[in-house]
Amino acid sequence: MLKQMILAGFGGQGVMSMGQLLAYGGMLEGKEVAWIPSYGPEMRGGTANCSVTISTAPISSPLVTEPDIVVAMNRPSLDKFEPMLKPGGILFINSSLIDRPARRTDITVYYVPVNEKAGILGESRVANMVMLGALLQAEPVIKPLSVMESLKKVLPENKHHLLPLNAQALAMGAEVVKEKSNKKTVCNVG
Amino acid sequence: MSKVLMKGNEAIGEAAIKAGCRYFFGYPITPQSELPEYLSRRLPQVGGVYLQAESEVAAINMVYGAASTGARVMTSSSSPGISLKQEGISYLAGSELPCVIVNIMRGGPGLGGIQPSQSDYFQATKGGGHGDYRLLVLAPASVQEIVDLVKEGFDLAEKYRIPVMILGDGILGQMMEPVDLGSETTLEAGEKPWAVTGKMGRTKNIINSLYLDPEKLEKHNRHLEKKYLEIKAKETRSELYQTSDAEIVVAAYGMIARVAKAAVDMAREEGIRAGVFRPITLWPYPEKELNQAAAQAKAVLTVEMSLGQMVEDVRLSLNGRLPVEFYGRVGGMVPTARAVYEEIKRLAKTYGEVK
Repeated sequence: MLKQMILAGFGGQGVMSMGQLLAYGGMLEGKEVAWIPSYGPEMRGGTANCSVTISTAPISSPLVTEPDIVVAMNRPSLDKFEPMLKPGGILFINSSLIDRPARRTDITVYYVPVNEKAGILGESRVANMVMLGALLQAEPVIKPLSVMESLKKVLPENKHHLLPLNAQALAMGAEVVKEKSNKKTVCNVG
Repeated sequence: MSKVLMKGNEAIGEAAIKAGCRYFFGYPITPQSELPEYLSRRLPQVGGVYLQAESEVAAINMVYGAASTGARVMTSSSSPGISLKQEGISYLAGSELPCVIVNIMRGGPGLGGIQPSQSDYFQATKGGGHGDYRLLVLAPASVQEIVDLVKEGFDLAEKYRIPVMILGDGILGQMMEPVDLGSETTLEAGEKPWAVTGKMGRTKNIINSLYLDPEKLEKHNRHLEKKYLEIKAKETRSELYQTSDAEIVVAAYGMIARVAKAAVDMAREEGIRAGVFRPITLWPYPEKELNQAAAQAKAVLTVEMSLGQMVEDVRLSLNGRLPVEFYGRVGGMVPTARAVYEEIKRLAKTYGEVK
């Protein structure tokens, strides 16, 4: 198994941590992982993205130029990274903020209203965890439990009361993917 | 020991501490600033000294001072900052002082940009400063290899009394990978009889690179030459990937060697016999290993994030035996595996037997 993904959004949406949790969780499962951030002159509100590779075999190149999975948390990210997806790849669109559908016709697309879902939980900052839950339901590159294990390790003790909220957000994202109306398989490839 | 997920820049810092380095002098610059940031926190915890100097020039001369006392010392920067350090590096080489210098390369010339590059190969391997000197240059390709080479770098620096350069690029510095930090190096006291540690009970030690008498300077230059020849004979390192039957050998170092591996995997799927030669020491250049890797080859493709620098050492090593072609991206742009694969395909068509 070799999966490469690009997670993108604006600074502050938590795309870097989403990627780090995937990499950390993969490592805990004994998989080979790599995480590469974009590091332009970026700031809160600017664009940010990271590349994650998770594999059961040693990773030759951790640079992601033809991703299997793209997560677009905002419109500029969708415009930039949709064209790079491999044919047959999976695209996750944050439908709370993005006002256009996918253009590609050779991929699977999930529309996930992450900000609305996070709003239901009363904490806008777990929107990235909703998206992560959706991603792992559609493509189980690692177990959601490993994400929770990683969170336990990266969050300081005094933030551990937030763990249940994050677990809820993951579950909520998974539910969105289970609901068929949110999925658009435009064509069958592979 | 279990693995931890670490950024390349942070791994350099932790590996240095494991290697017994307790002194760091530097100045921040993207894309290596996580390294001084990490050490500013960690060195005080282990009784070490972290000092942000007023400039790169000051930092490298502080390295000269600390190294003179026999301490394990490191500095780091990125391309423009490394240029500023060149005078000090030449003095360190002349005075035979061990130290580790890290260059996490970005695009140039001048201030250039902050995205990854390999355009300081000439500066690192051919001497960016003045005088007949060499650095031992190590080029890691993963976060784990960073740790292994930083530790080994400190040992080699002391073994040969030579400045060692760790040459990486912005991606390697920013990337996170799982890493096993391994054990701490045990340092033996009193193994540096040359160091200036207070004269008490022994003859005077002088750390110096000034020899006004040409006969004496020639003797010193010959002494350095002997040392460089010994390093050339004993310390080359390289990695071979699928080269035993390769018609097309791709020569690349650091992160780009990993892109080359992915390209070779694509080529192999299409029945093209390709392989990768990855020098780990850029000086001394692994000439023999390259010739062995290319024993069955019809042509060699060199891939770099530069306009073509290491390709000169590839040509010198092969000495006209094989055609050598070059593919490079510059300015912070990174060659894709597909683009390298297309180059391999083109070379296989031009030079290979299997068409």
